[in-house]
Amino acid sequence: MNVAICGYGAGNVRSVEIAFRRLGAELTDDVGAADLAVLPGVGSARAAMAGLRERGHDVALRERFDDGRPIFGICLGLQLGLDWTEEDGGVDGLGLVPGRSSRLLEGRVPRMGWAEVDDRGAFYFAHSYAAETPHATAWSEGVVAEARFGSFFGCQFHPEKSGALGALYLEEALSLSRV
Amino acid sequence: MVKGVKFKGLRDVGDPVELGAAYSDAGADELVFLDIKATLGDRPTLVELVRRVAERLAIPFTVGGGVRSADDAERLLQAGADKVGVNSAALARPELITELAERLGSQAVVVAIDAEGGRVRSHAGTLSAGRDATEWAREAEQRGAGEILLTSIDADGTREGYDLQLTAAVAGAVSLPVIASGGAGNARHVAEALGIAQAALLASILHENPQRLASLREEVRELGVPVR
Repeated sequence: MNVAICGYGAGNVRSVEIAFRRLGAELTDDVGAADLAVLPGVGSARAAMAGLRERGHDVALRERFDDGRPIFGICLGLQLGLDWTEEDGGVDGLGLVPGRSSRLLEGRVPRMGWAEVDDRGAFYFAHSYAAETPHATAWSEGVVAEARFGSFFGCQFHPEKSGALGALYLEEALSLSRV
Repeated sequence: MVKGVKFKGLRDVGDPVELGAAYSDAGADELVFLDIKATLGDRPTLVELVRRVAERLAIPFTVGGGVRSADDAERLLQAGADKVGVNSAALARPELITELAERLGSQAVVVAIDAEGGRVRSHAGTLSAGRDATEWAREAEQRGAGEILLTSIDADGTREGYDLQLTAAVAGAVSLPVIASGGAGNARHVAEALGIAQAALLASILHENPQRLASLREEVRELGVPVR
C-alpha cells in the first residue's frame, strides 16, 4: 500500500507522514501512481493552491478523480477539494467536490480543540474556515466535519492529531484504496 | 526537561522525548513544549529534539522558545510541530506575529504571555515588558495570533490553582481561544479554569506521573465539565 502526500511547500506534513507510516503504508512522491493521494491541511489557501499548481499536483489530482481513484483531504485539504474558498480574499479550489468554504462566524475563531463528530467520538480541529457542501457526511457542532463525493473523501478535523481514534480513521481512509 | 516554581528553582523532570510519548499515550489532548533556555541563552531552538518528539506523538504539538522569524517557525513546523509559540521576540517586534500568521496561518501561531500582577514579563519572566497582559493579548489578536497561552508567573508551580482573575480578564478581552497555564494542583482547579478558558495546561502535577492524566480527566468530568 503506498500513499502520496501532496505537499505544497508549507507547514507540517510530517505528522501525516508519521501517522501513515505507523499504519504500515509506504510513502511515495508519485501522486498519479499511488494507491492513495493525500491532500494535507496546512497553511493558507492561496499559498497552498499555488504550491499544488507549481508541482503539477492539481492536474494529477484531477486525473485521479476522473479515474475514480481515491483522494483523501485533511482540513484545508478538504476545503481545497471544493470549488472555491472565501479565504485570502477568495481562491479557486480544485473543483472536485461541489461546494465552497466560508469563514466561521460563531464562537471563538480559529476553532481550536477537540470536538465531537456526530456519535463517533472526539477529534482535533484547528480551523477558521469550513466547508459548505451538499455532500457532507458528518458534522461537528454545526460545522461540516466530513464530505464524500466520487472518489474524494475529506475531513475537517486532523485525524493524524486525534490519538487512537484518529489512527482508526486513517485506517479507514487507507482501506478505501484497497477496493 | 525542567520545571520550576514561579519560573525559578528549575529542576530536572525527565527526558522530553519519553515524557512527550508518555503524555500522548496517556491521552493528553495536546503537548506544549517550551524551550525556556532558547531565549535566555540566545541559542536557536532545538529542531532535532522536535523531530524526535514528533515521531512519538499522535496529538497536537506546540513548540516555543527562540522563534524570531517566519523561517525559524517554518523549520519547527517541518520538523513536526503543529503550532509555534512566540513570546519575547513578539514583544520586541510585534510585526513578527503578522509575518507568522501570513506564512503559517493563524491556527499555527500561539502567542505566549507570561504575566505577573497582570503585567507582561519577557525572557522567561526575567524582564519587564512594560505592558498590560490584556492590552498585549488584544494587540496579538489584531496582529493575527491564533491562540493565547497565558501563564501566570504568580501561580506557576504553586499547585494552588490557576490565576482566574488574570485568565478571565484576558479571555474577556479577546475572541481567540485562551489556554490557562500555571497553578494546577487538582481537578477542581482544572474545572475552574475550563469555566473561563478554552484549555488548561498542566505541568508540575503530571511530570512526576503522566498516568495521572486519565484519573484527573475523570475527576474533571465528575465536576460537571465536559472533557474528552
